[in-house]
Amino acid sequence: MSLKASSRQVNGVTVLDMSGRVTLGEGSVVLRDTIRDVLSKGNKKILLNLGDVTYIDSSGIGELVSAFTAVRKEGGDLKLLNLTKKVHDLLQITKLYTVFDVKDDEAVAISAFGK
Amino acid sequence: MGQRVAYTLDSTLDSVNKAEETADNLAQKAGFAEDDRHKIAMSVREAAVNAVLHGNSYDPGKKITVEYEMTSEKMSIVITDQGVGINEQTLPDPLAEDNLLKSSGRGIFLIRSFMDEVRIRDLHPGTEITLVKHVSAPETDAQGEMK
Repeated sequence: MSLKASSRQVNGVTVLDMSGRVTLGEGSVVLRDTIRDVLSKGNKKILLNLGDVTYIDSSGIGELVSAFTAVRKEGGDLKLLNLTKKVHDLLQITKLYTVFDVKDDEAVAISAFGK
Repeated sequence: MGQRVAYTLDSTLDSVNKAEETADNLAQKAGFAEDDRHKIAMSVREAAVNAVLHGNSYDPGKKITVEYEMTSEKMSIVITDQGVGINEQTLPDPLAEDNLLKSSGRGIFLIRSFMDEVRIRDLHPGTEITLVKHVSAPETDAQGEMK
């Protein structure tokens, strides 16, 4: 299953609902292009909803890191929402859980952008 | 008596997916729990990506081989490529502070985290990586009875 992304605006935050696999090849490219597209429209507050992302490989992790640094470079912020256990565990063992701001409640995540 | 399956594959992403799917299927047949199946399949994927991308550089003239062997004690997977080889000593630590925000360099680290044994051998040319996952002993209670 390839990666699908849909976008919505909530209180000035771009919420990206992702579903599928973020792996080397198509999945990573979809994530990269989606982030690039959002940034090009001037939206710098991005909430990446990974609730329906079933699988991420090391390439996908790298793409998440690239997305994070690209958004920060533009003066914005990227947070993660609704990690599955597998993705959560991956971020733990790669120490990236300390890098990303991870939320499990959308309303809380949205309000955290304003702080 | 073990079961052995081997494939020779092109240096493509389709081969990576096939290697991963086969690992998942065989791990399921071998009776591994879902969590271990995920770790085995993902490790095979990472090793196959290394072989196809970093080893063979998608060269259509080069192949990778993937060999799976199941016994009652363990599942072993051996993946080889025909690339220039890797030097384990020079692999950066992805957990080092300076490397945390790098976009690559986590594949071998994840494999080592997920598998029980990992061996990398330089074939001059090419690289062989062996991944082993042991079959867990059934849980027993204090009296040694199987749960």
